[in-house]
Amino acid sequence: MPKDQGIGAASKRREDIRFLTGKGQYTDDINRPGQLYCQFLRSDVAHGVIKTLDTAPAKMMDGVVAVFTATDLEAVGGVPCGWQVTDRHGEAMKEPKHPILAEGKVRHVGDPIAAVIAESAEIARDAAEAVGLEIEELPAVVGMGAALTGGANVHDDVPGNLCFDWGFVEENKDAVDAAIASAAHVTKLELVNNRLVANPMEPRCAIGDYDASRDEHTLYTTSQNPHVIRLLMGAFVLSIPEHKLRVVAPDVGGGFGSKIYHYAEEAFVTWAAKAVGKPIKWTSSRSEAFLSDAQGRDHVTTIELALDAEHNFTALRCHTLANMGAYLSTFAPCVPTWLHGTLLAGNYKTPLIYTNVKAVFTNTVPVDAYRGAGRPEATFQLERVIDKAAREVGVDPAELRRKNFIPTDAFPYQTPVAVQYDTGDYDATMTKALEMADVAGFAARRAESEAQGKRRGLGIASYIEACGIAPSSLVGALGARAGLYEAATVRVNPTGSVSVFTGSHSHGQGHETTFAQVVADMLGIDEGQIDIVHGDTSKVPFGMGTYGSRSLAVGGSAIYKSVEKIVTKAKKIAAHLLEAAEADITFENGQFTVAGTDKALGWGDVCLAAYVPHKYPIETLEPGLEETSFYDPANFTYPAGAYVAEVEVDPDTGQVEICAFTAADDFGNVVNPMIVEGQVHGGLAQGLGQALLECIGFNEDGQPDAASYMDYAMPRAADLPNFAVDHSCVTPCTHNPLGVKGCGEAGAIGSPPALVNAVMDALAPHGVAHIDMPLTPRRVWEAIQAAG
Amino acid sequence: MTTVTMIVNGEEMTGEAEGRTLLVDFLRGQLDLTGTHVGCDTSQCGACVVHIDGASAKACTIFAQACDGASVTTIEGMANADGSLSLIQQAFQDHHALQCGFCTPGMVMSASDLLARNASPSETEIREWLEGNICRCTGYHNIVKAIQAASATMIGSSQAAE
Repeated sequence: MPKDQGIGAASKRREDIRFLTGKGQYTDDINRPGQLYCQFLRSDVAHGVIKTLDTAPAKMMDGVVAVFTATDLEAVGGVPCGWQVTDRHGEAMKEPKHPILAEGKVRHVGDPIAAVIAESAEIARDAAEAVGLEIEELPAVVGMGAALTGGANVHDDVPGNLCFDWGFVEENKDAVDAAIASAAHVTKLELVNNRLVANPMEPRCAIGDYDASRDEHTLYTTSQNPHVIRLLMGAFVLSIPEHKLRVVAPDVGGGFGSKIYHYAEEAFVTWAAKAVGKPIKWTSSRSEAFLSDAQGRDHVTTIELALDAEHNFTALRCHTLANMGAYLSTFAPCVPTWLHGTLLAGNYKTPLIYTNVKAVFTNTVPVDAYRGAGRPEATFQLERVIDKAAREVGVDPAELRRKNFIPTDAFPYQTPVAVQYDTGDYDATMTKALEMADVAGFAARRAESEAQGKRRGLGIASYIEACGIAPSSLVGALGARAGLYEAATVRVNPTGSVSVFTGSHSHGQGHETTFAQVVADMLGIDEGQIDIVHGDTSKVPFGMGTYGSRSLAVGGSAIYKSVEKIVTKAKKIAAHLLEAAEADITFENGQFTVAGTDKALGWGDVCLAAYVPHKYPIETLEPGLEETSFYDPANFTYPAGAYVAEVEVDPDTGQVEICAFTAADDFGNVVNPMIVEGQVHGGLAQGLGQALLECIGFNEDGQPDAASYMDYAMPRAADLPNFAVDHSCVTPCTHNPLGVKGCGEAGAIGSPPALVNAVMDALAPHGVAHIDMPLTPRRVWEAIQAAG
Repeated sequence: MTTVTMIVNGEEMTGEAEGRTLLVDFLRGQLDLTGTHVGCDTSQCGACVVHIDGASAKACTIFAQACDGASVTTIEGMANADGSLSLIQQAFQDHHALQCGFCTPGMVMSASDLLARNASPSETEIREWLEGNICRCTGYHNIVKAIQAASATMIGSSQAAE
C-alpha cells in the first residue's frame, strides 16, 4: 500500500469524479420506462375540516391518469413512529395516527390531501390545482404555551396537545430543588432554540416501481437509511414483506437528519405504482420541502445553574417545551429526551441534574432530528447559562469552565444523567482553542474596534456529544423500536480486489473513500483495489444507515470486524499453502510470512487459492473469502471540544460580523483529516446559520413565515468566515476497534453558544444579557435600544 | 410543443419544449443531461448554473425556447478533451470543495465564469460572486480555497507561458 494511503491519509475522494463531471446519479436523475408523475395537493391552512374534496375536474383533464384521496388508502397504515417515550408517570406518549393523505382533517400547512398521477409533472401540477377543495378552518394551535392551555386540539384524541411530560432523572428532582434553594448563587436564563429547516440542497424525491410478473416493489428514494425505510414502510404501512420490497437510495444530496425519516410521499408512490401499474415519480419542490420535510430544534427552555461560594456547579435544573409539530415524525420523541437530557452534564462534574420536557403537538410542520438533534439544544442552554454565571460572579468564562471540567483522571466518568463518558481531555481542547484564537491579542483588537465605534466580543463554548449511535440494548430500554448496530459484508474477490457492502449510507460524508482507507490499511493493499457499495437493500446487509455521527464508529467498526475475520481465515489458507503452523503466520503489508523463515505469500495468491481451492484444507475450511459482521457498540462515543468566536458588532445597525471562528475538537483517531475538517466546516456553517440567520416561524394562523430561499436565510459564502479548525487533541474512543468518535455534528453543536456568547461579550457594556437566536441586526439593535 | 435546437457542449442537440419549459428542465428531461440540478424554485440556489453563450446563468431563469440557437455549456462539458478533470474541477477535488455534490455543478460553472472574468479574485470577491450559489455541506471554506488555488494555477501557467 502506498504511504499516502490508509488510516490517517488525506486521500482525495473518489466519489468526487462523478460529482464534478455531472455523472452523479441522484434520485431525480433516474427515470423508469413509462414513468408517470405525482403531484400532491396540500393544505394551505394549518387546521381545518375538509368539507368538499372533488377530484372529478382533475380526473377529466388530458394526461391525468388517476387522482387519489384518503378513501383510496383504507388498507394502508399510517406513518409509524420509531421511538416510544414513557412519561414521568409511567405512561406511554400519545401517538395519534399520521395518515398518508389527510383523513377528513388537515393539521398543518402542507398536509397532503390528494395525489394526482399524470403523464407529465406539469400536467400533474395543473390538475392538482383543479381539484375542488373546501376546508372549514379551525383555530390553529401554534404557540406551545397556548397549545397546553388554549382549548383547541390538534388531535381529537390528544386533549390538551401534550404528547408526553418527561422527567429526568426523576429520582433527582427533590435533591436538585433543594440544592438550588440553598445555593450561594443561582443563574437563571430563559431562552429559545429556534426552529430550523434542514435544507439539504437536493429536495426529496421518490420513484415507486412495481413488477407485477414478480410481485416485486422497488422504491428509489432520497434516504439516509434505505433498510430502515424498507422495514418501516413494508411492515407498518404497506404490508409488503422484505423480500418483495427493494429500497434504493442512490447518490443523495445531503440529509442532515431530514432524510432519516419515513415520509408519506414515498409510501404513496410505492403503493400507487402498483395501483396504477406504472412507475411513479414525485419530486419535491423547494417550497414543498419547507412544508413537508421534518424541521429541527424549536425548544423553549428555562435553565437554572446553581454554584457554591467557590464557583463549583452544584445543580442544574431545566424546563423545556419541545414542539413536535402536527404529527410524530419517525424519531421525534427521542430528540428532546434521550438525545438531550443525557447531555446536560456537558463537560462538567455537576453532581445533580434534573430536566423536565413537555412535548407538545401544534398545527405546524413536524419536527425531528436535525444535525446534532437534542445535543445542540442541551449544549446551547448549558453553555449560555455558564457564560451568564461567569459574568454574574465575575470570573473568566474559560476559568469557570476549567474549574468545573471533569478531570482527565476521572474517566470512565459516570454522569448523573445515565451516560458514562469513556474518555476525554477537555482542558486540552480549551487550551488549544484559546491559543489558536490568539486570545492574548484580543484586548488590542477590541481597542481597535472601539476606536471605530464598534463593539468587539469573544465567546467560548465547550461541548460534548454522545454519538456513534448506539448500543441496541440501551436504546431499546429507552424506547427505541429498532436496534442500532451496523452491518458490513466484506467480499474478497478471486484476484484480491475487495467489495465492501455497508449498511451505512453516504450523502456527502465520503464513505467510499474513508471506508476504503480503513480496509486498505488493514489489508496492506491499494485503496483502488477496494470498492464500497451502499444504498441498495438488494445489495447490502440489513443495516441502520447514517445519522448521529455513527458511520465510522459503528459502520466502520462492522467493516473492521469483517476484515479481521477475513484475515483470520486467510492466515489459515496461507498456513496450509506454506506448510506452516497457523500460529507462525504473520500478515503485514499484504504479505503472509512464516516466522523465522523467508517463506512468503502475497495477498493475491491466498485470495486466488480461496476461490480455486485445489491445494486447500477443504476438510476443515470452506472455500471463499467473504465475511459479514453486525457491530453493536458497547457505548456511545463522546467527541468533545472547545470553540471560540470573535465578533464585531455595529451598535448603530445591530449587524454582527464574524471576525474569526476557531474549533478545537477531540474526535479520537482520525482516518481522513481532510474529510473530518470538511465535516467540521459544514457543521460550523449550520450552527452559525442558526445563531445569526436562520429561523422559521408560524403566525397565529399557523402560516409559515418562510417557504423559499427568498424568505429563509440560508448562509451564503459572504456570511461566513474562514474557519480555524484543529483535531490534534486525541483521546481515542476506548470501546470501538478504530478508536474513533465521529465528527459530523460537532460543528453544529458547539458553534451557536460560542457565537452568542461572543455577541453578549461585545454588548456587555450596553447591559444586554441575552438575545434569542437568530441574532439578526434587528434583534441586536432592538436589544441595545431596550437596554438603554 | 416546439422543436428547440441548441449547441450543447459543442454538439448540436434537439428536443421538444413547451413555451413554459425552463432550460434546466429541457437539459434534464429532453437531453438527459442530469448534471445540472434543481435545488429551489425561486432562482436562489444556483445548482442549475450553466453557461449560455459563454456567460454563467441560472438555467431556471430562462425558457428553453429562448435558447434556440444558443451555445450552452453544462457541467458535462467541463472536463478536458481526454476526459480528465479540468483545472477548476481538479482544484475542487484537491481542496475537498464538495461533499454531497448536489450544488457542485453550479459551483464549478459559476467559479469558471468568475475566473474567466477576473483571473485573480480576492477572497471577498469570490465570496460575493458566490452569492447566488448555496452550499449546505461545506461552509464554503474549501470552495473558496479551491477557487483561489485554481486562480493561482492559472496565473502561474499563463506566466510560465509568457
